[in-house]
Amino acid sequence: MNQRKLTFKELCLKGFEEFEKNLNGEKNHPVHGYRKKSIQHFLDSDIPTIKNEEWKYTNVSFLSKERFEISTKKSDFSFDHISKFLFDNLEHNLVTFVNGVYNKNLSKLLDIQPGVQILSIAEAIKNGNPLIEKYLGHLVENQNNFFTTLNSSFIYDGALIYVPDGKAIEETIHLIFYQNSFPTKSLIQPRNIFIVGKNSQVSILEHYVSDTDTEYFTNTVTEIFVDENGVLDHIKLQEESLKSVHIGRMDISQKRNSIFSSHLISTGAKFSRNEFNSRFDGENAESTLNGLFMIDGDQVFDAHTLIDHAVPHCNSHEHYKGILQGNSIGVFNGKVMVRPDAQKTNAFQENNTILLSDSATMNTKPQLEIFADDVKCSHGATIGKLNEEAKFYLKSRGIGQDAANAILIHAFASEVIKSIKIEALRDYLEKIITRKFN
Amino acid sequence: MLLEIKNLHASINGNEILKGIDLHVNFGEVHAIMGPNGSGKSTLASILAGREDYEITEGEICYNGKNLLELAPEDRAREGVFLAFQYPVEIPGVSNTNLLKTALNEIRKYRGEEELDAIEFLSLLKEKSKLVDLDQKFLSRSVNEGFSGGEKKRNEIFQMAVLNPKLAILDETDSGLDIDALRIVANGVNKLRSKENAIVLVTHYQRLLNYIVPDFVHVLYQGKIVKSGSKELALELEEKGYDWIKNQKEEMPV
Repeated sequence: MNQRKLTFKELCLKGFEEFEKNLNGEKNHPVHGYRKKSIQHFLDSDIPTIKNEEWKYTNVSFLSKERFEISTKKSDFSFDHISKFLFDNLEHNLVTFVNGVYNKNLSKLLDIQPGVQILSIAEAIKNGNPLIEKYLGHLVENQNNFFTTLNSSFIYDGALIYVPDGKAIEETIHLIFYQNSFPTKSLIQPRNIFIVGKNSQVSILEHYVSDTDTEYFTNTVTEIFVDENGVLDHIKLQEESLKSVHIGRMDISQKRNSIFSSHLISTGAKFSRNEFNSRFDGENAESTLNGLFMIDGDQVFDAHTLIDHAVPHCNSHEHYKGILQGNSIGVFNGKVMVRPDAQKTNAFQENNTILLSDSATMNTKPQLEIFADDVKCSHGATIGKLNEEAKFYLKSRGIGQDAANAILIHAFASEVIKSIKIEALRDYLEKIITRKFN
Repeated sequence: MLLEIKNLHASINGNEILKGIDLHVNFGEVHAIMGPNGSGKSTLASILAGREDYEITEGEICYNGKNLLELAPEDRAREGVFLAFQYPVEIPGVSNTNLLKTALNEIRKYRGEEELDAIEFLSLLKEKSKLVDLDQKFLSRSVNEGFSGGEKKRNEIFQMAVLNPKLAILDETDSGLDIDALRIVANGVNKLRSKENAIVLVTHYQRLLNYIVPDFVHVLYQGKIVKSGSKELALELEEKGYDWIKNQKEEMPV
């Protein structure tokens, strides 16, 4: 009998039915209502094609032929797999997820201040934590987005971080998403919620790693709420299997006087797409979106950002840099929207790319849409090779070809890293760059 | 002999710039190469440092017993050739210290010497930065980034001091400097002058030669050295102007 192969969507629906069976008592939880609504939206949507303006340079059609299994099983690995991804041996707040599922043995949480919550979403759902209902799904639009609805349909685990008003957490909260998917190809869908209260401060490292070349698909959604006068330093770092697919989305809402900074540092996957949507919901807030991606071979990397100046007197700075080798393909699509009421906006956006090979491709689209008249905005993009004059200058000082290239690449990359406040993390990132280019 | 240039012809994009240069430089000597704009002075300096934009169509350059034209730019530097750039390049993200440390260690490695440790290196930087009155804070700044014209030129001489070349070519190091900066730069160069090295000054103006007194002066015009002499030649040029040379050349029988 000639059996028709199931489509990606059909497979997901089948996966959903199995997923539902294993939920037991949780079926009556409000989160499950949200999941059920989401799977309907998911079934109503289609894998984006390159005809869709937002996916013009990023072809995900290959996904429809892939076969992934929904990952909700707990798996154990020794700490050795994790320890190489620590930026500091003395880390206090380490939360590890293995293939998307929280792993207590590989986590440590020391000296958590009263009122602060750092826990797994699965635990929060199980315990009926009120934060889930209050925040989950409040930022991401759940319709017409294939990957978001897919994530929402299978909400199972991830990190929930809640910093109440007036608390400053000194030690970085390090979330490690360790992926090691063999023999099954897993669909791993972490869902994260970070809430920073009024006058509070915290730094969070969202770290997606694998020390394997296994095939898996990470589809992650992170919702971030920064309340009045709150400060959040967010770093997303991707060090993944070169056979994996990563689609990530992060939405941020910033209240009055808040400061949010984001650094996306990535050595890519087989295919990566990172969407950041940042929205100012209060005046005098500041947002920084910096990024650095370094890709090679046949890697595809897409950075897609939207900064929405919905209110007056806010500042945004965006600077993305790419270093492309081999046949890799990079995409930067950054939109800055200044709405009619958003007077006195300052918005700066820049994208610089270095192509180290003739066959690498970069598509860049810096977009500025201004509907207010009293604003300062700029945007720009450059794509080029290493500066020949600088290279000759270095050589004329006795520095050889390879070392001169390494110095110039490193200098180009370091500019993005130097604005990260955590010194140990900067060192860790410098080492990644050195390993890659020296 | 440290440097021997014989009948050097060079062109760029098919235009012949140098049309038969002969120049001999011994250890311990300072040579000034003067000439009007477009005469080929900077081309000569660039070719010595190994800039690849030029095509050598004829002639040879022998440096310290080696065929200089066969050496890559970095190997020339490791053999002791140094070019102070007319327009020093800004390199964002690379500190002066990092540049010099990498350069010095690559040069030492090439010569089979051990790398300097951090303490030796820093004390060397400190000592040499005094030669050109360069503030210590410049060391951690990116190479030439945001430097004034004078600071850039001082930085070139500072690099020369640290790398301690056998043959230093200073390409219009005096141009764009006010008199105070000129004095500082010239002072630095004079302190570096020794029996173990040689300096080729490429300059448009005689002014520099009041501070760095050359042993020989050559006038380059239309790709050829048309006149050579002692330091008095520079004074004569200052007085009579380059037209004197131009007219003389035109009078010369073909």
